[in-house]
Amino acid sequence: MDPSIFLILVQDGLTSGAIYALLALSLVLVFTVTRVIFIPQGEFVAFGALTMATLEAGEFPRTAIMLLGLGIAAAIAGYLAERRVITKRRLAWLIAETLLLPAVIFVLALWLAPRKPGLLPEMLLALAIVTPMGPYIHRIAFRPLAEASTLVLLIAAVGVHLTLTGFGLVFFGAEGSRTTSFASGSLALGPVMVTGQSLFVLGASIALAFMLYLVFELSLIGKALKGTAVNRLGARLVGIEPSLCGRIAFGVAAFIGALSGLLIGPITTVYYDSGFLIGLKGFVAAIVAGLVSYPAAAAAALAIGIMESLASFSASAFKEVIVFTAIIPVLLWRSLVHTRLGEE
Amino acid sequence: MPRRFAPVIGFLVALGVPLLPGVPPFWITLLDYIGLYAIVAIGLVVLTGIGGMTSFGQAMFVGFGAYTTAILTTRYGLSPWLALPVAIIVTAVAALIIGAVTLNLSGHYLPVGTIAWNISFYYVAGNLDFFRRYDGISGILPLSMFGVSFLDSARLYYLILVVVALAMIATENLLDSRIGRAIRALNAGAVAAEAFGVDIFRVRIFVFVYAAVLAAISGFLYAHMQRAVNPSPFNIEASIEYLLMAVVGGASHVPGALLGAGIVTLIKNELQDVLPKLFGLEGNSEIIVFGVILVLMLQVAPEGLWPLVSAPFRRALAKQRFSGTAKLVAQKSEMLSRREPPPRGDKLLEAIGLRKRFGGLVAVNDVDLDIRSGEIVALIGPNGAGKTTLFNIITGVDRPSAGHVRFNAHDITSMPARLVARLGLARSFQHARLIPGMSVIDNVAIGSHLRADAGPFRALLRLDRQEEGRLKREALAELERVGLAGEAERPALSLALGRQRIVEIARALSSDPVLLLLDEPAAGLRHQEKAALAALLRKLSEEGVAILLVEHDIDFVMGLCERVIVMNFGSKLAEGTPAAIARDPAVIEAYLGLGA
Repeated sequence: MDPSIFLILVQDGLTSGAIYALLALSLVLVFTVTRVIFIPQGEFVAFGALTMATLEAGEFPRTAIMLLGLGIAAAIAGYLAERRVITKRRLAWLIAETLLLPAVIFVLALWLAPRKPGLLPEMLLALAIVTPMGPYIHRIAFRPLAEASTLVLLIAAVGVHLTLTGFGLVFFGAEGSRTTSFASGSLALGPVMVTGQSLFVLGASIALAFMLYLVFELSLIGKALKGTAVNRLGARLVGIEPSLCGRIAFGVAAFIGALSGLLIGPITTVYYDSGFLIGLKGFVAAIVAGLVSYPAAAAAALAIGIMESLASFSASAFKEVIVFTAIIPVLLWRSLVHTRLGEE
Repeated sequence: MPRRFAPVIGFLVALGVPLLPGVPPFWITLLDYIGLYAIVAIGLVVLTGIGGMTSFGQAMFVGFGAYTTAILTTRYGLSPWLALPVAIIVTAVAALIIGAVTLNLSGHYLPVGTIAWNISFYYVAGNLDFFRRYDGISGILPLSMFGVSFLDSARLYYLILVVVALAMIATENLLDSRIGRAIRALNAGAVAAEAFGVDIFRVRIFVFVYAAVLAAISGFLYAHMQRAVNPSPFNIEASIEYLLMAVVGGASHVPGALLGAGIVTLIKNELQDVLPKLFGLEGNSEIIVFGVILVLMLQVAPEGLWPLVSAPFRRALAKQRFSGTAKLVAQKSEMLSRREPPPRGDKLLEAIGLRKRFGGLVAVNDVDLDIRSGEIVALIGPNGAGKTTLFNIITGVDRPSAGHVRFNAHDITSMPARLVARLGLARSFQHARLIPGMSVIDNVAIGSHLRADAGPFRALLRLDRQEEGRLKREALAELERVGLAGEAERPALSLALGRQRIVEIARALSSDPVLLLLDEPAAGLRHQEKAALAALLRKLSEEGVAILLVEHDIDFVMGLCERVIVMNFGSKLAEGTPAAIARDPAVIEAYLGLGA
């Protein structure tokens, strides 16, 4: 491996590492707020990329139908959860959030899709279609399980993953798609040609991470999320609604997932089930960070990206094996640091 | 007693199915698959449902079994019946290694670890020539026995049926044994079980290996049924499906595994017919419905379907258990041997300069303590004085930051709880730690874990009945002693909290201790119950058992103890006879404040 190949590999690794980092951040967020190990995170990536590909082709994205269906299910779940205490105001909000919003997006998609409105409106539309799915899924699947153990939540997350993957197959078929690059050209940095797309990915990841940081440190809702993460009961006692925080966390997760999908769409071919492995790598990074530290998760994600990129050059068939067995020592170290028998 | 024979009748009915006229061969094949999946799911019941360790890696162990026999029979011409033990050994060793590395992981790290192993296995098998890559190995011979070839699915059905029945019986035997009690303690009673000598890590490893071996047997049968193997039936999705079966059926019930395997397989089969017509698509779109079922099951019936199905038989089953215990106890066998108590007045426990820090907080600060054989000593003090921490250090649950503890002529500083238990120290917990899902008598029987030695193999083959009888008899005797013999078969957690504490005392007694550490035994008891408890403790002390108790009920303590130790802010404040302590100005100040 000569130095220039090495640098190209590192560049590739950093690009995919940046995506894993974004996913890791959102997994940490979801876990700390709701205790859910969010296996379906990757499905949002696939949905984002494939919705974008459909829009580019000028076709109606069928994920919009799914959004509508999830909205209706969420409306029912939301009503069932609150039927004893619901006020008119809350009912109105529920209807607006779960029925009106997806209907508007659906109509918008129906009207906009055949017109091929161009890169930016298409991206925004793809994000608008995928992002609300997060809160709806929280209402449907996880809110009724809010008191369950982490393990039950994990198994439920696997259930959601199965369902979403199945819908991915129904909507997009078994063939993969690639979207057009939105930052053509490249930049010479010393001996390496850095593609515009990689720079874009890195820039967007850093910007998003910084944005999350600002939201968490400065805004009231960020503080509420942090509070819920630290102590659910305590948060409730001071008037923070844990289920609202859960929905927000899931919304952020869906948004980050969809955005990651848009970012990698032009780099690799995305299939309906690609999300699982991509999400799992973000997840590995999050686990390495013990599911609690954002900076550690980001650093681990970059390391995984680079390791994977180097492995795919020198032992491509064993790329996944190398990445996944590498986490076992880390898991061991983490659980040695963290546990003794006493916690039950 | 027709209900007692329900499993036998079920088995006979199942035997008759292929003989029915007009049963399409495809149904028999489907039943074959259900049997194969059920064998794996039975392992998951023990591992996940009862042992509390979620594994997303069972398909990998099925793969170990299938590939081992495929390679040995096609490449080396070995007979399948010789390949079977090799497959079991290979898988057991692999599970032992993987378990030793992975089972140290706690909580959600373990499922994640198994995901990683399973994904790695899939890519390794798919990329190595040794495993013939993604094409896999074909040309595996069908099984044959005494000249009968199990080529067609109807014949194979009988073989699979027998294996499923054996696996269910062996597993039920295992769970109803000394080791079984330890397994049932893994999920929510590990600390208590460890305090009575159970080596929790070894039990975890054993359960992991057991589930893996069942999976390997299923894989062996699968390979000879399919007559070809490739990596895809052993990927992570298959592992998820096995877990789904266990959860749907009822993850903590052995028959639930069969039920779950049946339901999931049938639904999957139906969906594969219906869904493509509905969506006009090939491929595995049935996973949509699987996912929905899984989430709904967790929300609506987290215990799975078996408890609902078996509800009408619950009373009959309870009765059967009751008569089972009675029969065991009535067996003619000698009692468990007892330990010779040390001579009265000998120094039994000695702690010197014990200290425990939690970060900046010194919870226990240079405490000395000694207890003589047959003595009753009380440890009192305001909340937060460090009493429970001191208990935890002595019993080996926590390690001291400094100082030494000697017990029964051994240095037990930093010795793990299960080794301390061997020397004759038993305890009860401040927050009763009875094992959920187990009857009162089983909870008490775990106390005498160290007084017996039947291992898993004797349990599987039911060769442990004599010893079980002795253990149950001992447990019943201790329950009689504390006045709870009438509650023996009730679920332990259905008792009131005060009585759960008393069950803990019975459990401690069944370990035949020389020193009993009781953490607030009188809390939550009514007046008469307290008096009975005091009488029991006095009697124990006459028999030579030393007792150290933490208690807030001063009247109880003053009437019972020979010596009282008062702690405050982690340090020993005073020590002496009850009368002297009651007059001690420092003690009065600690309890009532300055100037009282």
